[in-house]
Amino acid sequence: MAHAAGGEAHPAAGQPLLRIEGVAKTFGTFRAVDGVSLDIKAGEFFALLGPSGCGKTTLLRMLAGFEAPDEGRILLGDKDIAQALPHERPINMMFQSYALFPHLSVRDNIAFGLKRAGMARADIATRVAEMVALVKLEGLEKRKPDQLSGGQRQRVALARALARRPQLLLLDEPLAALDKKLRESTQAELMDLQRRLGMTFIIVTHDQEEAMTMASRIGVMNAGRLDQVATPRELYEAPRSRWIAEFVGDINLFDGEFKLRDGHRLVIATDGAGTLVAAEPREPVGATKLSVAVRPEKVKLSRRAPVGEGSAINQLDGVIADICYLGGSTTYKVKLGTGGMVQSSVTNSARLDVDAYSLNQQVVAWFSPDDCMVLDR
Amino acid sequence: MSARRIFARPARFAAIAPYLWMALFFLVPFGFVLKISLSQTAIAQPPYLPVFDLAAGWTALKAAFAALSIDNFKLLVSDELYVFAYVRSLTVAATATALLLLIGYPIAYGMARLPKRWQAVAMVLVIVPFWTSFLIRIYAWINILQHDGLLNQILLALHLVNQPVVWLSTDSAMYLGIVYSYLPFMILPLYATLAKMEPALEEAAADLGAPPLQVFWLVTFPLSLPGVGAGVLLCFIPIVGEFVIPDLLAGSNSLMIGQTLWLEFFTNKDWPVASAAAIVLLIVLLAPLLLYERLQRRQLEKR
Amino acid sequence: MRKSSRLSRFNIASLALGLAFLYLPILILVIYSFNDSRLVTVWGGWSLRWYREFFNDRAMIEAAWMSLRVAVCSATIAALLGTLAAVALSRGERFRGRTLFSGMLYAPLVMPEVITGLSLLLLFVALNAERGFWTVTIAHTTLTMCFVAVVVQSRLGSLDRSLEEAAMDLGCDPVRAFVAVTLPLIAPAIVAGWMLAFTLSLDDLVIASFTTGPGSATLPIRIYSEVRLGVKPEINAICTLVIALIAVVIVIASLASKLSSSRGESAAPL
Repeated sequence: MAHAAGGEAHPAAGQPLLRIEGVAKTFGTFRAVDGVSLDIKAGEFFALLGPSGCGKTTLLRMLAGFEAPDEGRILLGDKDIAQALPHERPINMMFQSYALFPHLSVRDNIAFGLKRAGMARADIATRVAEMVALVKLEGLEKRKPDQLSGGQRQRVALARALARRPQLLLLDEPLAALDKKLRESTQAELMDLQRRLGMTFIIVTHDQEEAMTMASRIGVMNAGRLDQVATPRELYEAPRSRWIAEFVGDINLFDGEFKLRDGHRLVIATDGAGTLVAAEPREPVGATKLSVAVRPEKVKLSRRAPVGEGSAINQLDGVIADICYLGGSTTYKVKLGTGGMVQSSVTNSARLDVDAYSLNQQVVAWFSPDDCMVLDR
Repeated sequence: MSARRIFARPARFAAIAPYLWMALFFLVPFGFVLKISLSQTAIAQPPYLPVFDLAAGWTALKAAFAALSIDNFKLLVSDELYVFAYVRSLTVAATATALLLLIGYPIAYGMARLPKRWQAVAMVLVIVPFWTSFLIRIYAWINILQHDGLLNQILLALHLVNQPVVWLSTDSAMYLGIVYSYLPFMILPLYATLAKMEPALEEAAADLGAPPLQVFWLVTFPLSLPGVGAGVLLCFIPIVGEFVIPDLLAGSNSLMIGQTLWLEFFTNKDWPVASAAAIVLLIVLLAPLLLYERLQRRQLEKR
Repeated sequence: MRKSSRLSRFNIASLALGLAFLYLPILILVIYSFNDSRLVTVWGGWSLRWYREFFNDRAMIEAAWMSLRVAVCSATIAALLGTLAAVALSRGERFRGRTLFSGMLYAPLVMPEVITGLSLLLLFVALNAERGFWTVTIAHTTLTMCFVAVVVQSRLGSLDRSLEEAAMDLGCDPVRAFVAVTLPLIAPAIVAGWMLAFTLSLDDLVIASFTTGPGSATLPIRIYSEVRLGVKPEINAICTLVIALIAVVIVIASLASKLSSSRGESAAPL
């Protein structure tokens, strides 16, 4: 078990560490994971994001060895580990419930995996001390799990999973049990830890903010399939499908039909917002039934139509129908003259805002063609 | 293959020893009971005929088979003594179970409403007598109920009666003994379901305008039905075959089936009739037994 | 903590009455065991007379010794077999004959003892086994291992399955994961199961009557034959001793369950 001592050849950062090829898993008649292929690069922080029941946890459990795929291969280096048992893999997991052994102290929990690896007693003591320091649990080594707070337990679980220096660390909703404030500080600590150790992390989460904050790349799963793998920015600004656009962040969607191409711009007749102009997307649009999508913070509001540049392109008249004050920003819902509804998110950049809009006020909502995404319906 | 399946393979090996044990000492013996119930009584050792002797060869075996008869069952059905015993067993069990439910429910309900800390204490207090020898507990009652026992002394001292009341060897004493012995069996499953019940459910019902009694009948009681079912079966089935309590506390003019079986076996040495009585008892109890088995499995194997 | 409801006075009353009903007879029995009078009902002052009587009663002592040996042996075998059965049922997933297996384990819990006793006796007769210590031990093991199985199984069912997965993830094969993690966590339930089996065996009259042979009566058999003849002060003393023994067992069991609850899991009922 060379990996326990951290000795096995580890690919250089950026090189593929783990290849998932056409992996599928069926439970009874339910296809939980439906042909997923994915490369995980060494040293990256990868997030599997999706709603509950999308198959992300099943995929993670197949990486850990708790489920074996019905189809496909899982290559670690050049070895197919798809059918290997959990204890035969240089991969460790942090469980959602933490799964701390209640009969063992913090120290014995962290040392558990090292003992299985047959490490020398003195080395175990050194490694445990190192791990305890890493997760800042000094002084609590002799406590049992039920004498720890939620945040402390989470750290023990992390230290225990890291102790064997796995090539890959899997985290199953690791922060779900923590309250919001603690979750945010722990996110930062986890990212910092991952960078310092240069390790590869795969995290499973249903919280898109968490995925966006922590991960360098995100894979969005839906109904057993991997819909898009992208950086957080790409995912937000260039979602590949209407489903992803709606799942990640808030969005205004206008269904419509393709009319004509005007240079690098598409003209689309929408049901609720009249004719809209959007920049040509990177991938050419095939269908004629399309949706125009625009994020609320890209929608500007003004009392009068703005003058200059694109003149009257994408300017929608309406009245304020709803105001939602969120502290840092305010979301206005504008009922359009053309029948539709548009949301605009405005940053509250001043403490006293004499210019704030009020209910039923006439406004113009406008946005640039470059901020529009065109998606298949 | 899943994690559970990885674990399942070695776990199944664990079944081998207990499986063989239960098959040999629980399942197979019923075959012998059935076989002997079809045999004739004999003054011999063992006291029945025919005896299967594999060494005697095929013809002897065939003759032995031919000698089997259902006479014992005919006797059980035709003799009033046995029919009465079965009817009495069932009525006693039904009455006692109803009493147990009536007495056990308020206690279990009271336990489930105690603060969490006290619930554990109350549970121990209810279990402890169950751990104490049940023969001793019956004996304790004999002490109290006998002619010049404590109960009669108190009643006389209070001038509630003029002369000692006969308590022992009556049906009341028997019911008292049964209720006393089986009470924990009724309380524990009831308490288990009542304690698991979300307290907000009762509060919601009250909030929606139900007075306390309706809260109980419309919400609490229906939700506790699984516990009621378990408690009822856990008491009813063994009471039907009860021997010690009726033997020590009830009169001897009408017997329960457990007593008749015991008498046939130990006093009359009529093993075939005793076996036939056991088979009939088993058939009578088959439906509740299967029901109990299903309930138990559902309770223990839900994930 | 729950807020007190309107029913609470009724609740407390029914609880108090119920517990008094359960405990008073035993209390009275214990008190009367120290009664000096030969007449059970007349109080003749405190005395240990009937305890001396018991210790001079060879037949009783022998029966008590027999019962104790049977209880220890059968409880130990039952704890082992019952635990194995519980592991197979709660971790074995589906296997052939599973329904029959669980049926065989749950049925004896409620099966009238006269049936179990009679059928075992007929088996022993057919096997031509000499009846005595071992036949009673086997009979008691058969009954009590089912109770152990239920206690241990409910404990196994309440364990977080990801504990075993975590152990495997950290380098244990399934068997070692069981030994290193599961076994220590279910140990209190096994201990409780052993105690339960011990007291059930110590308590049993009917099955022992069927399966024992001449000259090897257990304590309940002796007590029963005495009780049938009427109340004797000596029996009060014996019963008190048995209660004391069982009280010790309960204290140990509750310590074990406290140990288990300090591990963050609720103790198995029963």
